[in-house]
Amino acid sequence: MHSILAVDDSASMRQMVSFTLKSAGYNVVEAVDGQDAFEKAGSRGFDLVLTDQNMPRMDGISLTKKLRENPQFKATPILILTTESSDQMKQAGRAAGATGWLVKPFDPSKLIEVIQKVIR
Amino acid sequence: MGNIERIDSRQVPAAREYLTFRLGNEEYGIDILRVQEIRGYEAPTRIANAPNFIKGVVNLRGVIAPIVDLRMRFGCERVDYNGLTVTVILNVGNRVIGAVVDSVSDVLEIPAQSVKPAPEINSAVDARYIVGLGQVGERMLILLDIASLIASPELGLIETREAA
Amino acid sequence: MGEMTSEGSQLSAGIDLSQFYQVFFEEAGENLDRMEQLLLELDIEAPDDEELNAIFRCAHSIKGGAATFGFADVAELTHQMETLLDKLRRHELQLTAPMVDVLLASGDALKAQLARHQTGAGDEFDTTELLFNIRAMVAGETPKVIAAAAAAAPAPVAAPAPAPAPAAAPAAAGARTLELTVGPLDDPSQANNLVDLFKEIVDLGTIEALDGGVAEGGMRRFKVVTSSSESDLLDLFTFHVSREHVRFAPIGEPAAAAPAPAADLGYGFFDDAPGAPAATEAAKEGEAGYGFFENSPGAPQSHVTPTESASPQAAKPAPKAAAKAEAKAGAALDAATIRVSVEKVDQLINLVGELVITQAMLAQNSRGLDPAVHQQMLAGLTDLDRNTRDLQEAVMSIRMIPMATVFNRFPRMLRDLAAKLGKKVDLVTQGEATELDKGLVEKITDPLTHLVRNSCDHGIELPQDRLAKGKPEQGTITLAASHQGGSIVIEVRDDGRGLSREKLLKKARERGLHAPDSLSDQEVWGLIFEPGFSTADQVTDVSGRGVGMDVVKKNIASLGGTVEIDSAEGYGMRVAVRLPLTLAIMDGMSVGVGEEVYILPLSSVVESFQVEPGMVKSIGNSGRVVEVRQEYMPVVELEQVFQVPRFDFEHVSSIMVVVEAEGGRVALLVDELLGQQQVVVKNLEANYRKVTDVSGATIMGDGRVALILDTGSLVRRSRH
Repeated sequence: MHSILAVDDSASMRQMVSFTLKSAGYNVVEAVDGQDAFEKAGSRGFDLVLTDQNMPRMDGISLTKKLRENPQFKATPILILTTESSDQMKQAGRAAGATGWLVKPFDPSKLIEVIQKVIR
Repeated sequence: MGNIERIDSRQVPAAREYLTFRLGNEEYGIDILRVQEIRGYEAPTRIANAPNFIKGVVNLRGVIAPIVDLRMRFGCERVDYNGLTVTVILNVGNRVIGAVVDSVSDVLEIPAQSVKPAPEINSAVDARYIVGLGQVGERMLILLDIASLIASPELGLIETREAA
Repeated sequence: MGEMTSEGSQLSAGIDLSQFYQVFFEEAGENLDRMEQLLLELDIEAPDDEELNAIFRCAHSIKGGAATFGFADVAELTHQMETLLDKLRRHELQLTAPMVDVLLASGDALKAQLARHQTGAGDEFDTTELLFNIRAMVAGETPKVIAAAAAAAPAPVAAPAPAPAPAAAPAAAGARTLELTVGPLDDPSQANNLVDLFKEIVDLGTIEALDGGVAEGGMRRFKVVTSSSESDLLDLFTFHVSREHVRFAPIGEPAAAAPAPAADLGYGFFDDAPGAPAATEAAKEGEAGYGFFENSPGAPQSHVTPTESASPQAAKPAPKAAAKAEAKAGAALDAATIRVSVEKVDQLINLVGELVITQAMLAQNSRGLDPAVHQQMLAGLTDLDRNTRDLQEAVMSIRMIPMATVFNRFPRMLRDLAAKLGKKVDLVTQGEATELDKGLVEKITDPLTHLVRNSCDHGIELPQDRLAKGKPEQGTITLAASHQGGSIVIEVRDDGRGLSREKLLKKARERGLHAPDSLSDQEVWGLIFEPGFSTADQVTDVSGRGVGMDVVKKNIASLGGTVEIDSAEGYGMRVAVRLPLTLAIMDGMSVGVGEEVYILPLSSVVESFQVEPGMVKSIGNSGRVVEVRQEYMPVVELEQVFQVPRFDFEHVSSIMVVVEAEGGRVALLVDELLGQQQVVVKNLEANYRKVTDVSGATIMGDGRVALILDTGSLVRRSRH
């Protein structure tokens, strides 16, 4: 069973993402912001990290950077959820070591579709 | 018999099972569905300046309920509180209220056809709260609309909101 | 749509998003409250970056949820707000007071929109004007700003629409050019119906297809010139295309701004990024809305050989994020909190209440036991006693919420009110963290609101009057909360004109009240609590709503609280509201009268003493008084008040308990003091009715009921 770390400061989004992933048969660990996610990731590995970009305490890009420094997350797919798919965002995402991005809003089936491209 | 039945607005009760109890020399019946439990009499906490038939309040497992002595309300000459005295705990309109009676007899099933509209009988209870007379063998039961009786202003159990 | 055949995909398609609505509504509500608070705290001259960021995040968060859950109107408005806020936080625009006004008014509009979605009732909120203003501001223009109508009560349905200033109306309602995006449509020709619509309806405006009328990914774009509001247009369009497929944007802005059109795949991978799928699978960037970074870790196999260097170089600095831990309202709080319905908490409280009673009963029954024989059981009972109290306290604290939840309403209210009255008022709050039972918080809000309005309306002078008196032109209203013993004291202070002894006396006499010059200041101030007594020279629409201070006082008294007034003419006034922390538990003093036991609220007990002969004097026929340290106090004999039956006619009650309530003191004559304990307060009205001089009942250790006395009522009784 694959484990996914889902990071979003919005409780409703987090629940939606988490419920969607669980319905699709994934294990989900939720985190409320980058800092929380980083602390939760420290103790174990994940098959995928899904993180919102705009969050208090630590945003998605910074989280990605920090996770990539951890050998356990060297090759883990990290997807950034963002409302803006600007070139600037993409540049920052790429530089941070993210695997890809997904534009918000998305519907549950889209999320699963994208995830299935990176987790097999 | 008489084809002029005086039912007024009173409905012949839908209830089939009645708890029967005695007040003085009369026997009454009330809808068993209104009865929460039956307890022995325990002295309640007195409420000052209440009418004499309101004995006070007791604690029923954390609920504070008033106790009304129906015998005093309906003018029985003497009321004793002894081992037979019973408090019937009623659940009426989301309120819990205890009614003190002389004794509780039994629960009877009275088919609707055995319930006669009450003539203007001379009973202790105001005719307004009598829904009919139930004949069971030798016994004549006065069937009460206990909900209306408990809510009646003359009992004073329930705050009557005067229009401000 | 790609084919989906792997694990769980068929499950995901059937997810019902409505199950998340409630959480979204609550969260959006919290974000709106926070946004309002932050907006009011902003220093317009020099806005704090961190604060602007936090405001932006509130709007951003609401937008994200609204777009996801399909509340298009909310998403649209928050999107525009976000655009403005983004420019502000990037210092591309300079913050102005009108911007704050528009953002506050937008917050009100969002509340109304959300309430409509939540309840399914109420009219659609017309945000045309707001959107127009925000867009103008984003473009660096200065729109004719609309004074936001004061949102007095948060009655969402009745939330006032911003009243257009007459001068602004033509500008706002004038024709404007919008870019309309429709889609994705299975059959893009459906959009042609909209063109027909404009032909059929006179005055609607003009529409012309863009992109040569060719759909791109099921999306069609049009240019619309119209003076109708966007919500009106949406209403018309819904006969042809569904609401969520319609987007408006001022011409020149990409219409895909809010929810991205679904034609855009909505995701993407960076080539060679860790975890990215093979390039053949990844949709081309640009139309995908998602992407994988090349050579990134975990990237799916692509035919590009991964380069060895995995050390990414930051080409451009990422936008400075709020990486600092927030000192304010813990954004990470929900990591450590859960939501529980109040009913569940109340059920717990009731159960604990029962436990406390049972425990008291056990304690009482164990008193006669020989400690030598029952040592273990007695030790157990002692532990039980302590555990029960701790448990009770812990459970009660669940319902406690900080006063900030009440205080937070006032900055906005006061700002609008002061503007309306032409006054300058600064609001200072102290002790926001002081906690109070949720039930009380709800009940105290209205009386406090009235007091604050009263201070602003009658207390604070107009700026020119203040200057003339040598005061700063800006008045100050202070709200302060603090715990004092088992009560909370909430003060409303102002530095306004204060109360005038002469005026009050004169007015009282005009109204036929007994008001001799001999009244103490305290008593004179107390006159304003008399029914129908108002000190305003003219009835304004602010405080003159038929709700007088007498009602405020009554409401507070019904919560077991008291109100005190203190004032110095010309310098201001202070109203102190004292309340119990909770209505469910009270510290009580039990007293014996005859065979009966009564409970006095310990908070109102001042002292008790043994009556010595000669202390009690009769005054004419108006009752008896007792002299305590040169002060005469009315004596109230509980035996008489409660007609306590006496079997021992020799007995003379000889203990006085002095209680204080409603600014007065009386000495209660009782037989004995039985002790102090915490009692669980039950109301009598649940199954009986209100009883004079009694505020409630409790259950004693022996299981019997004892009545709790209403000291306020006993004090009033002695005044007659």
